[in-house]
Amino acid sequence: MVGLKVLDRKLLRNLRGMAGQGLAIALVIAGGISLFLLMAGMTGSLSETRRTYYERYAFADIWAPVVRAPESLRADIRAIDGVRALETRVRDAALLDMPGMIEPATAEVISLPDHRAPRVNDVHLSEGRLPDPGHRSEVVVLDAFARAHSLAPGDEISATLRGRRVELEVVGVALSPEHVYAIAPGQLVPDDRLFAVLWMSRDALAHATDQDGAFNEAVIRLMPGASEDAVIDTLDRLLAPYGAPGAYGRDLQFSDVFLSSELNQLVTMSRILPPIFLFVAAFLVNVVISRIIAVEREQIGLLKAFGYSDLDVLTHYLKLVGVIGLVGLLLGSGLGIALGRWMAAQYAQYFHFPFLIFRADPTTFLLGALITLIAVLGGAAMAARSAFRLRPAVAMVPAPPADYSRAIGASISKLRLIDPQSRMVLRQLFRFPWRGGLTLLGVAASIMLLVSTLFFLDSMQVMIDTHFYQANRYDVAVSLVEPRERRAFHELARVPGALTAEPYRHVPVRLRHGPREETIALIGVPRDAMLSRTLNAENEPVEAPPGGLVLSADLAADLDVELGEQVEVETTQGRRMVRQLPVSAIITSYIGSVAQMELRALNRLLEEGAVVSGAYLVVDPAQNLALFEELKAAPGVAGVALHSLAAENFKAILDQSLGWSIFVYVLFSGMIALGVIYNSVRITFAERARELASLRVLGFKRGEVAYVLLGEIALLTLLALPVGCLGGIGLAFYLSEAMASDVYRLPFVIHISTFAAAIGVVVVIAIGSGLIVRRQIDRLNLVEVLKTRE
Amino acid sequence: MSSSPQSCFETRGLTKVYGEGDAAVHALRGVDLQIPEGELVVLLGPSGSGKSTLLNILGGLDSASGGSFRFRGEELSEANTSRLTHYRRNHVGFVFQFYNLMPSLTAEENVDLVTEIAPDPMPSLEALDLVGLAERSHHFPAQLSGGEQQRVAIARAIAKRPDVLLCDEPTGALDSATGIRVLRALLDANERTGSTTVIITHNAGVADMADRVLFFRDGDLHEERRNAQRVPPESLTW
Repeated sequence: MVGLKVLDRKLLRNLRGMAGQGLAIALVIAGGISLFLLMAGMTGSLSETRRTYYERYAFADIWAPVVRAPESLRADIRAIDGVRALETRVRDAALLDMPGMIEPATAEVISLPDHRAPRVNDVHLSEGRLPDPGHRSEVVVLDAFARAHSLAPGDEISATLRGRRVELEVVGVALSPEHVYAIAPGQLVPDDRLFAVLWMSRDALAHATDQDGAFNEAVIRLMPGASEDAVIDTLDRLLAPYGAPGAYGRDLQFSDVFLSSELNQLVTMSRILPPIFLFVAAFLVNVVISRIIAVEREQIGLLKAFGYSDLDVLTHYLKLVGVIGLVGLLLGSGLGIALGRWMAAQYAQYFHFPFLIFRADPTTFLLGALITLIAVLGGAAMAARSAFRLRPAVAMVPAPPADYSRAIGASISKLRLIDPQSRMVLRQLFRFPWRGGLTLLGVAASIMLLVSTLFFLDSMQVMIDTHFYQANRYDVAVSLVEPRERRAFHELARVPGALTAEPYRHVPVRLRHGPREETIALIGVPRDAMLSRTLNAENEPVEAPPGGLVLSADLAADLDVELGEQVEVETTQGRRMVRQLPVSAIITSYIGSVAQMELRALNRLLEEGAVVSGAYLVVDPAQNLALFEELKAAPGVAGVALHSLAAENFKAILDQSLGWSIFVYVLFSGMIALGVIYNSVRITFAERARELASLRVLGFKRGEVAYVLLGEIALLTLLALPVGCLGGIGLAFYLSEAMASDVYRLPFVIHISTFAAAIGVVVVIAIGSGLIVRRQIDRLNLVEVLKTRE
Repeated sequence: MSSSPQSCFETRGLTKVYGEGDAAVHALRGVDLQIPEGELVVLLGPSGSGKSTLLNILGGLDSASGGSFRFRGEELSEANTSRLTHYRRNHVGFVFQFYNLMPSLTAEENVDLVTEIAPDPMPSLEALDLVGLAERSHHFPAQLSGGEQQRVAIARAIAKRPDVLLCDEPTGALDSATGIRVLRALLDANERTGSTTVIITHNAGVADMADRVLFFRDGDLHEERRNAQRVPPESLTW
């Protein structure tokens, strides 16, 4: 310590003396900073990566699907005001038969322009080359699918495209901005083995799908500042004669919707979590510094008497918290970067970018440092003000005993049933209500975070149970290339292993109510459907009068429509027709939006006879091999969605990545509880050591003395439990609302076990902190404490 | 060894050593003394002479390094922590230089602290009355003067009807007029409750109110004197 100024030496010794408390505060700061860096950094990294990726690979602004439009329309589309770039293409679905996998994989097949790179929705080749237009069997495969099946250029794939079996040759592996989150339509969680994107030459794909000289999708990039709605309107008018279900923007593009919803969640969490940690840190710094100043009152007087200026004294204490803040900032930065890298690796599993590096830019660090500085110095400055104001003569005289006569609690002295020790506990609380109140809030904040974090597990479980096991109880959904007569359903019902089957009809429609409009697939299911049920919020089946529409609550809200009101339904495929239908039931759906009606009523409406689009099947898993072999070979089958496998994938995600995130948040919430409770007990002990020693001298047993000390924090913790639980309920509700997206909505459900777990964590921390200080009571040196003047 | 029945405290070769080796400090170097029941004893001596160490051992706040210490014939030098707690709880009243009142409790409640755990206490108000503070029983320490706070401390000490009342510099922080009031309270307590009372003081004048005066020097009893007549506190030369 040679070379240090005396005051700085004192500072180092002070820090050594309060190492435990300082560390507890630094940990809380570290928690706030690491979450801030993690979330701000991750939000920045994700959105920057997305922006660059979309820009470099010309990600579309508008998708306009049609049934079949002549290529000659290009010029008309290109001429629409606001269109910057246009690509017409062919896009179709295929089933793939992959070696070593009994289930069929679903593929989206997209054409690439011949002899040039796409102007919109370019691909990033990670291996190999683009397909040669002269070779119709050549394909480029989505990177994730290639990795899942160890595919490399030169390998072959068997596919069923438009009912025809084709052998394809892999010539390249690629990523695309359209498939950052690559999942089969209707799925939630990616399964790289089961979903593929294949890019073929335009000539090859057009030939295979009878789209020669035509296209079935236009993708468009807009001029900066162009109106998306206006362009969509013009496009819809232009394409309507060619069977267009309606153009849509990025807000309905699956991959981008998932990515945006993830970013939205990050932003929501980053608004809530770091401020709580930093508020708690500021409070802890405040109480600890107040305590140090109270203890060092006479030293402060002495320093001032020696001629140290007020500013010297103030700076001294600010330096002390500066060190704690710095430790917290360094710990938090390290932790934040480590967590950020871990999270980026997690994201890389689900979001496929050519590059995704977690990078917190210098401004994020500076902002983090600034926030720490404000929190810590703010907390300290409030406390240090009193040291600043102390006059030397006053400071050197011992402080008079704290005046309890004016505290509200003084009136408790009339209640004879309260024993003096309990009275001491209560009066301490009433005498310093703001401190007790803030301690209570700190502990409550910890419980609140625990409850609202664990809420995700409860909510997701309900979501999975409702969606996969209560509402949609099938194992496999088979879709046909085009609507077929009912006989096709009976064929599907007889596939090997099928135990139960239910037909469904799928019609793309536009729903209108007043100025509101939504594009969705209207599903027709039989009356009393058992495999695809409509449920209310209590998971009870909803009996809907036939002939009406059953809408999920989110869709009803988007359309601003209530039960019994009329909705205009316009079919956008096949024969166009517009009908007014009443809303006959509003149901609960946590995943996706639902518009359903009774199958026969739907068919009557469409005037197409008794046709089906596919079937839901419950199958015998023992016969999966035969089942999938048959489906893969069936010419009329366009897609096979493996529902039960999707449920398993969803659960796996919960167990893995969400499980880890929740572990991290629980750890951090625990750090808050530890910081608040441990510091509170330590400070109370330091402040009351003399009283406690006096009680020991008077003949009180150690347990009785511990009660006076720990009763206060025990009472505050007890009071904090309901406050924290209520806060947790509120925060969970807010999160369930704030994080709702078109993709899914978090059911607002908190199990009793969640409250129990949150309370358990905090109570264990409180007892642990109590036991540490209890040992210090046992070691209290009675003689020394009493002989020294406080 | 048997002790005389009228003896309250008896020590034989009592030693107390703080630290070890070269750093060892011998606070008590083999003290032999006897304090009879009911007497008011004053301990005099310079700082570091061992009088506070002795008082702490007599009060069960500290344990001896060697020798024997008996209270009413009961050997306490080897007593463990909980036996010492029990001893303090049932037999000892303390008064300290810095009062050591609980700031969050009123005068009466400070006394209640003791009466609630003592086997045969007097009512708290009676104890406060003994020190002349019955009418201030609902005041908090912050509302009392130094002398009043010390008298509350005395009331707290005597309320349990202690067998021994141990006072370490009870007037050390007080002016003379207040000091005399405090000493009067101690004397009254001694006379009315019959507690054996030991007072440590720097003020040689106080010695005249005692039955017996013990002079300490360098960790040992240097001289013992019996006063033929106790002088009332009001007549002490301060």
